[in-house]
Order: sequence, then structure tokens, then C-alpha cells
Amino acid sequence: MAQFRVCPDSGFYFDKSAESLMKANAVAGAVFLLVAGFLGLGVILTRWQEVHLLPADVFYQVLTGHGINALIFWIIFFEMAILYFASSTLLRTRLAAPRWAWLGFALMLIGAVMNNIAVLQGNSSVMMTSYAPMQAAPHFYLGLILFAVGALIGCFVFLGTLVIARDDKTYEGSIPLVTFGALTACIIAIFTIASGAIILVPTFLWSVGYIGHIDAAMYRLIWWGLGHSSQQINVAAHVSVWYLIAGVLFGARPMSEKVSRSAFLLYILFLQLASAHHLLADPGLSSEWKVFNTSYAMYLAVLASMIHGLTVPGSVEVAQRAKGYTKGMFEWLRKAPWGNPVFSGFFLSLIIFGFIGGITGVVMGTEQINLIIHNTIYVPAHFHATVAVGTTLTFMALTYLLIPVLFRRALFLPWMAKWQPYVFSAGMTLMILFMLGAGTLGVSRRHWDMDFTGVMAVAGIGGVLAVLGGAMYLIVTVGSLLFGKKLDESAGLFQGFGVPLAPSAYTVGQPERLPMAPKLAVEQHGSGGMEAPGTFALALALLVCFVVYYFINWDYLASVWPLS
Amino acid sequence: MSSFLPPSERIWWKTPIGKEEVLWIGIALVWCLIMFFMMPYWHIYGKQNLSNEAYQTTAPRFQAKVDEMVTQYKIGEQAGIPIVKPPAGSDVYMLGRLWQWYPILELEKDQSYRLHLSSMDWNHGFSLQPVNINLQIIPGYEMVITVTPDQAGEFTVVCNEFCGIGHHLMLGKIYVKEN
Repeated sequence: MAQFRVCPDSGFYFDKSAESLMKANAVAGAVFLLVAGFLGLGVILTRWQEVHLLPADVFYQVLTGHGINALIFWIIFFEMAILYFASSTLLRTRLAAPRWAWLGFALMLIGAVMNNIAVLQGNSSVMMTSYAPMQAAPHFYLGLILFAVGALIGCFVFLGTLVIARDDKTYEGSIPLVTFGALTACIIAIFTIASGAIILVPTFLWSVGYIGHIDAAMYRLIWWGLGHSSQQINVAAHVSVWYLIAGVLFGARPMSEKVSRSAFLLYILFLQLASAHHLLADPGLSSEWKVFNTSYAMYLAVLASMIHGLTVPGSVEVAQRAKGYTKGMFEWLRKAPWGNPVFSGFFLSLIIFGFIGGITGVVMGTEQINLIIHNTIYVPAHFHATVAVGTTLTFMALTYLLIPVLFRRALFLPWMAKWQPYVFSAGMTLMILFMLGAGTLGVSRRHWDMDFTGVMAVAGIGGVLAVLGGAMYLIVTVGSLLFGKKLDESAGLFQGFGVPLAPSAYTVGQPERLPMAPKLAVEQHGSGGMEAPGTFALALALLVCFVVYYFINWDYLASVWPLS
Repeated sequence: MSSFLPPSERIWWKTPIGKEEVLWIGIALVWCLIMFFMMPYWHIYGKQNLSNEAYQTTAPRFQAKVDEMVTQYKIGEQAGIPIVKPPAGSDVYMLGRLWQWYPILELEKDQSYRLHLSSMDWNHGFSLQPVNINLQIIPGYEMVITVTPDQAGEFTVVCNEFCGIGHHLMLGKIYVKEN
């Protein structure tokens, strides 16, 4: 029974049912990104005080829809595709229970549409956080619950596929690092969805009248187990994709399997504690609780991200140096394929995520510094750096890889694809930096009528540019699927990595077992000098920015009214 | 091409680690510990900390305390909202409700007050501008912080937690006078 096809360019094996599911999930994700981006334009054009596009009620409604579609629907649909890819495709195995996976997809779709309808009807403008006792329509919560159940099914299909691969011995040794990272994302997702169920099911019952009272503080505590942790799924997922792209484009191997996997393990153990970041200015929680949790137990999850921040570009540097780009500290980086959107998207996302998203996240998550940042527009600035640039741009870069590999289409308007990561990240960065500035000056988030001498106008220009970048992504993606040249044979896209094989029909019954990576000569690793001095210098630059910015904020805090 | 292939060594957790990784993990860990200890350090030596004092309450109970303060210390009115000047060092109250901060407080510079905050209905955000102190105000909970204004002037309390259609209209006042 033949059910696999081989991509002649990448050598990846695609199980027929897994392939359809990946396509369906990725396309659904892109549709919700379109909705999110469109609504985002409304948000930024309203916060740009000179334009002030929408009336207050519509603004709050649009902001609710923007948050949920961007932070939840777009990303989690795309992550489902990544989970199926990292299990079925990377391990060369059939997908477990494809019918269940389709059921999960259907539930997610129904839930997402239902939630959007609730917001559209106008009586559920409660923001993504929907803090009780502010109440939305029952189908607002029900939509989220159905979506979460669907995603949970997807997680179990992923886990089942790992079990099948192990039982069928479709690979030698241990699962690849990318799959390991996806497993991390899956475990965090299960925790996230469990938290979501614990709070959203009672809230739904409250909205239809079966429960009389939801404690407002308890709601916040448990809701953030969903709200923040869902963004930790993204971190684990997009770091895995970084490793994947480094592997596909450069043949990069992890500098050390042990270090990279331990860093993922730290995510599993400590990342969820970050829900506390949202509760630092709340009454009723002790300082000890706040300090321990906000620091992920002594910043062990930050340590993990700092490790990935070194090892991902470091692995690229090692691979580039092996190819002869050894001049100076940065020839490996200068000679990288900056015109390939897969690379530029990946690397820009890595840099902006680390330098802006990472540093601001830690700073505002410091118990006392949070006093000058809580609920200011600094907060959305931070998470646009982590989610919109970190996760979303990474997924965009991955899309440019998936269009030829998974969809077997040539890119539509390749010049547009080439510029897209630059336009998107430039716009986002401009918007983020000025929102950070406005937040530092006290401008509120989620506020219809607050400006600070034109700072938000520059943010507005950045935001419009970012929306343009998002539109370019969708034009390329949708255009490729509709009009892109069909690739039947090898297009030579990734020569040197691809296995040149016959046209891709589903001709393979059982793929060959996935071999272990070729061994390195022993002396190449762990001895001699530094393998990646350029990356190390970049990491030190990050550290310097981090330390300076961190203490600047303490200094700023010291200037406000004494509190005790 | 091995980030997506099984590790080349079956016993991958026993392979040696490169120099820059060891060094970087060491540096990063030290930095993480410094950041961690900054928080307890600031609790001991810093001047801007939240107290752990908070009580469960109800809207009527908190409202009664506010009203008592208002009748005792009212010195004027502005746009229908009383201006209250409680004695230095005393317990002062402010409540948030849709869409109003109540009452207006007049405080003395460099004097400490025990400020009690709560909400009558939904979540609100106490954002004191332009000082930039931001607190979460949750219905059913009474937060108590000791605050010492060290600047004189007129300060605005913006609501920075979304609380419905009138959210952006919810502005309060605190006056700080030189004594």
C-alpha cells in the first residue's frame, strides 16, 4: 500500500493523510492571519491619534478580534501543521489516527469561526483576556473551548505518531532535535489547554447562568495559565523551526545535542511559571510567590532561551565555516543567503526576538519594575517582538520553504517574497520601539484615547508598514497556491541537501529507515579553539544590551513615588 | 542536516560540549542569578515595593469606608466628585467603578498615606500619571499600599485595564500640595 511521496528537492517523505492535514492547517492559519492583520490595521490606525480611525466601541471590538485571531487562531493552526510535520514527515512514519486529526481540525475551525461571530455580533468586546466579571456571549467562550479541544486532539495525534514511529522503528537512535522541540511545544500545549479548560468551562457555565459567581482574582490566575503558556508553545515551536531552517539551508547540526535538548527541557520545567508576569501588580499574591514565579525559578527558562540564542546561530556559523567562509568574525554571516526569504525571515526573527522581545520581557517581568510597566502599551510592544516577529515571521519563513516542499509549487512573485521579511520586520520594529517608548512614558494599552506627543504616530507608521509586510506574505502565499508553477520534478531548490528522486507521486510503501546523522571526526568538537567566535561576540553584545537596559529600568523605577 | 536527523551518537548525552557553549552557559547563569537576587535586594534596600497587604471585601463594604472618609474630610467638589483631604499618615480610600475614580484625593508632599484601592464592578487599572505607577484593581479585593508622594502637583489616575465602552473616559485626580 503505497502512501508516501518523496519531495525530490528536500528528500522529505510525506505521508498522504499527514500531508493533507498539514496543508489544511497551514491554509486555515493563513486565513486567520488575514483576519488578524486586517483588524490590526484598524487598531494601529486608531491608536495613531492624528488618524483616530475607528469610534471607541468598534475599536474595542476590533482589538478583541485582532488579539484572538493573531495570538490564538493563526498561530495554533500553523503549529498543528508543524506538529504533524515534525512527527510524520521528519520521522518518515504514517500519521496516527488521521480521522481524529481531521475531527480536531474541524473542531478548531468551528470554534474559531464561532468565536469570531460572537465578536462580530458586538456583545463580546471583552479583549482576548475576557476578565470576569466582564461577560461575553456564551458562544464566545464555547468557540474557544471547541478550538482548544480540537487542538488537544491534534496534540494526542502527534504523540501517537511518535509512538508509531518508535514501534515501527522508522528511525535509528533518538528522535531528531526538531522533533524533540516540537514535543516540548506539545507538552506545553497540553498544560495550556488544561488550564484553559479549568477556567473557560466554568466561565462558559457562568455566562449561561449555571454558575453564580467567578472570582475575579482566581480568573486572572488560572486564565494566564492559558494566556501566557499558549505563547510558550510558540517559543518552543519557533525555536524548533529555527533549528529546522538552519538544518535545511546550511546542513547545520546542533553544536551540542545535549545542550540544545537540555534547554528545551528547561522550557518544559519552568516556562509556565511566567503566567505570574501578568499578576505582579495584583492584590492578594505574596511577594515571595511573585519573585519565584516571575523569575521562572531563578530565570532558568531565560537561561534556556539564552542558550538557544547562542546555539541556533552558532550551528549556522559552524556549518558556514566548514564550507570555507572563515574570514574574520562575520564572513559566515555576510555571505549568508540574505536574498532567500527563508533565511532572512529566520535570522531577522532570531535577532529581533532576542534583542527586543527577550530583553523587554525579562525587564517588565521583574517584580518591582513591573510597577512602571504594567498594562502600559509597553506590554503589547514586547509581545509583538516575541510573537509577531519571533513566531509569526519564523512561520512566514517556514512557509516559503513549505510552498515548494509541501505544496510543490514555485513561489509566486519571488521578488516580493524576497523583500517581505525586511518590510515586515522593519515595520514591526519601528512600531515596537515607539510603543516601548510610549509605554515607558505611561501610555496605556487597550485605550482609545491616549497619545504622547506624536510617539504613537511613528508607531502607527511602523504598524502600517508591518501590515503591508503581512499583506505581501499573503499575496505570495495565496498566489503561489493558486498560480504558482506546479513542481513535478526536482526544481533544484535546495541542491546539495536534496535527494534527487523521481517525480513525486505516492509511490513509496514504506520509506527507508531514517538514519542517524553522520558522525563527525572526534577532534572537530569540544576541543581546540572556539567554533563559532562570531556568534559568541553577538551573544556578548546581547548581554551588554541586556545588562545596561535592565539597570536603566531600575534607575527609572527608583525615581517614582516611594511605595511600600 | 542533522537538526532534523537523529543525533549521530546513540549516547548523545555523553558527547563533549564546545567551549563557547560552556562559557556562555556560565555567563548566562550568573546573569540570571544576579537578576533573581535583584528582586529580594530591592525589597530590602529599594523604596518602591508593593506590600503584601490585601483583604477580601465586597463592593458595599468598601463603599461604606470610602463614604465615611468623604463625609469626614471633604473640602470641596469638582465636576460633582468630592475632593477629600484626609490627615497625613491616615488611611485613604479610592474606588474604581464604571467609569469613574472616586473621590479626588488631596495629599501633602512627603507624607505617607495608607492608600486602599478596590473596584466596585469589573477589573480596573490604577495608572498614576505622569508618575507612572500602575496597579491592578480587582473587584472583591482591597489592596493597601503605603505611598509617599515626593512631588507636588496635579496627577491623573488613568484606567489602564479595559473596562468596557467608557474605559477611556475613566480619569481620576490626585492633588499633592506642598505643606
